[in-house]
Amino acid sequence: MTADLILTPNMDRPDDIYADLLAAHEGLSKDDSDALNARLILILMNHIGQRSVLAQALAAARAPTGS
Amino acid sequence: MNKIFEVPLYPYTRSADQDAVTPAHHRVVIVGAGPVGLAAAIDLAQQGIEALVVDENDKVSFGSRAICFAKRTIEIADRLGCGTPLVDKGVQWNIGKVFFDDRKVYDFNLLPEDGHKRPAFINLQQYYFEDYLVKRAREIEAAGAPLELRGGNKVTAVSDRGDHVDLQIDTPEGPYTITADYIIACDGAASPIRSMMGLDFVGRVFEDNFLIADVIMEADFPTERWFWFDPPFNKGQSALLHKQPDGVWRIDLQLGWDIDKAEEKKPENVIPRLKAMLGDDVEFSLEWVSIYTFQCRRMERFRHNRVIFAGDSAHQVSPFGARGANSGLQDTDNLAWKLKLVLEGRAPEALLDSYDAERVHGADENILNSSRSTDFITPKSAISRIFRDAVLDLSEHHAFARPLVNSGRLSMPCTYDGSPLNSPDALASGPARTRPGSPCPDVALGNAFLLDGLGDRFTLLTVNAEAPDSLTEGGIDVARLALTSKDDATGALAARYLGDAPAAVYLIRPDQHVAARFPDYDEDAIRAAIRRATGQEMH
Ligand SMILES: Cc1cc2nc3c(=O)[nH]c(=O)nc-3n(C[C@H](O)[C@H](O)[C@H](O)COP(=O)(O)OP(=O)(O)OC[C@H]3O[C@@H](n4cnc5c(N)ncnc54)[C@H](O)[C@@H]3O)c2cc1C
Repeated sequence: MTADLILTPNMDRPDDIYADLLAAHEGLSKDDSDALNARLILILMNHIGQRSVLAQALAAARAPTGS
Repeated sequence: MNKIFEVPLYPYTRSADQDAVTPAHHRVVIVGAGPVGLAAAIDLAQQGIEALVVDENDKVSFGSRAICFAKRTIEIADRLGCGTPLVDKGVQWNIGKVFFDDRKVYDFNLLPEDGHKRPAFINLQQYYFEDYLVKRAREIEAAGAPLELRGGNKVTAVSDRGDHVDLQIDTPEGPYTITADYIIACDGAASPIRSMMGLDFVGRVFEDNFLIADVIMEADFPTERWFWFDPPFNKGQSALLHKQPDGVWRIDLQLGWDIDKAEEKKPENVIPRLKAMLGDDVEFSLEWVSIYTFQCRRMERFRHNRVIFAGDSAHQVSPFGARGANSGLQDTDNLAWKLKLVLEGRAPEALLDSYDAERVHGADENILNSSRSTDFITPKSAISRIFRDAVLDLSEHHAFARPLVNSGRLSMPCTYDGSPLNSPDALASGPARTRPGSPCPDVALGNAFLLDGLGDRFTLLTVNAEAPDSLTEGGIDVARLALTSKDDATGALAARYLGDAPAAVYLIRPDQHVAARFPDYDEDAIRAAIRRATGQEMH
C-alpha cells in the first residue's frame, strides 16, 4: 500500500511551527539560509522515506495550484 | 629500463593470408586487442572457435586508464583461466574515505560478503590486465587453441555481405583482404569500424576536465580510496587518491571547464598541484599525466548483422564507478557462448539479438549510474551544488545522508531482468538475488567454490533436489551439479539459492547467469527453459 501525501491541515500548532521555521533562518545570509533549507529538505525527505509520497510532494510543489 | 608498456607483445609478422590468391576466411575476427578484444578471443578460442585478433598497435595500452577491476571481472577472468595472476598482482582495498573541505566527513568499508573466492575490487594498472590476458592467450594458443594475434594490422574497411564480412587490412608491408563469418568490433571508444559503417554514438559530454596523474612515490598513505569534495588544495573541485601495485598512485584532480589543457599538462604546473595535495616533503615522480573530458554514450544497437560491437566501441561511461572495462568484460562474457552456439549450428542466429537486448540494458544501467556520479561530483546548477554540499555536511553527523554521497557507484554485474532468454521465475520463495537473469553469486563449498564449477556450458544446479546427471535438449548438453545445504556449513548456499524454499533446481547459462529456476526437477519445464535460453523458442 502506498500512502497518500497529506495536503489537508496536519500541523498541531501551525502558527508556532511557521514561526520556528522563520526563527531558524534569522540572522543568516542568503547562502546560509539556502544551505539550511537544503539540509532541512533532506532531513525531512529521509523522515518520510517513501519515494511515492515524495514524488507527490514534488509534484505538488512544482504546481502549487494543483492540476 | 624497459617498461611493460614499451615492449611489443605481438609485433607485426607477415601472415600467409597476405600472399593468398583468394582472401583467406576466418570464423571470427576480433578487431582490437584491448581488454575486451583479448577476453573475447580467449573465451572463443578456448572453446574451440577460431578467433583472429587484429590490432593496429602491438603493445599494451599506455597512459592512465583502468585501475579498478570488480569481482565479476575477476570471476570472468577465472573462467578464462587468468584470474589468479590478476589477484596476486592487484592491490586489494575495502576502506573508502570521503573528505569535504578540510575535514573527513566519514569512511566506509565495502565489507565484502563472506563465501566468495574473489575480493570485491582490486586495483591494477590496465597494462597489467592486458599483459595477463595476452599471456593467457599465448598459453592456450601453445596448447592448440585456434587463436591468433596480429599486431601492426589496421582495419581500414569492412563490408557486411549478408552471409560473411569482408575486411581490408593495412600493414607495414601493404594491404590485404580477409573474410569472416563474424566480426567483433572491440576497437575502442573512437571505433573506426563504427564510423566506417556510419553508425551513431550519442549521449552526453560532461563539461569538465580532469587531470589524471599516475605518480610513483614512497608514501605511507594507507591502501584506501580517498575522495575529496572541494578540498583546500583544489578549491571548488574534487580529487581522488587510489593505490596501484608497484608504488604507483592514481590521482584525479578536477580542473573545471575553461582551462588551457596544454598549459595544465606541463610538469611545472602539475607538480605544484600535486605537492599541494600530497605535502611538500613527499618525493614522487610522474608516470603519466593526461587531461580527460568524460562522456556517457552508447550505440543504439550493438549487433549489426555480422558486425557486433563490444566494450568502449559500443558504450562509453565516465570513469567514476569503474564501469568501462568492467562492463566490456561482461559484454564478451555474454557474447562468446552465444556466438559459439550459432557458429556450431546449435542455436538460431536470433540468439545474437539477445546479446543486444541484454547488453544494451547493462549499458543503460552503467550510463545511468556514472551520469549520476558525475552530476554529484560536478553539480550542474547553483541549486544542485547547494543540495550536494548539504548532503556532504549532513553526512558528517548523520548516517542517513551517507548513502546519498556519490563519488562513484562501483561496478556491479547487471541482472538481465526481462531478457527474452529468461523463463518465468518458478521459485517464488527463492532469493531475489538469484532470480532469472541474475549473475550467480559465489559460495564457498569446503575448499572449493561454486563458480569454479559453473561456466562455459549449461549447468543444472540442484540443491536438495533429485535430477538426472545430464540431459540434452535441442542439441544443448546440460550437466548436473548436485549440491545439498550440507555442502556449505555457513548457510550461504541456502541463503543465496534457496531463501525460504526447501529445495531448488537452477538452469545456469555458460556465462554463469541464471536462465530459469524451479522448486524441483520438472523435465518438460526444464527442456522448455533450455530451448528458450538458446533462442530456440521465443515467446
Ligand atoms: C582515466 C580513465 C580511468 C579509467 N578507469 C577505469 C576503471 O577503473 N575500471 C574500468 O573498468 N574501466 C576504466 N576505464 C575505462 C577503460 O579504460 C576502457 O573501458 C577499456 O580500455 C575499454 O577496452 P576496449 O578493449 O573496449 O577498448 P580499448 O582498450 O580502447 O582498445 C581498443 C583497441 O582497438 C585497437 N584499434 C582501434 N582501431 C583499430 C583499427 N582500425 N584496426 C585495428 N585495431 C584497432 C586499438 O589499437 C586498441 O588496442 C578508465 C578510462 C580512463 C580514460
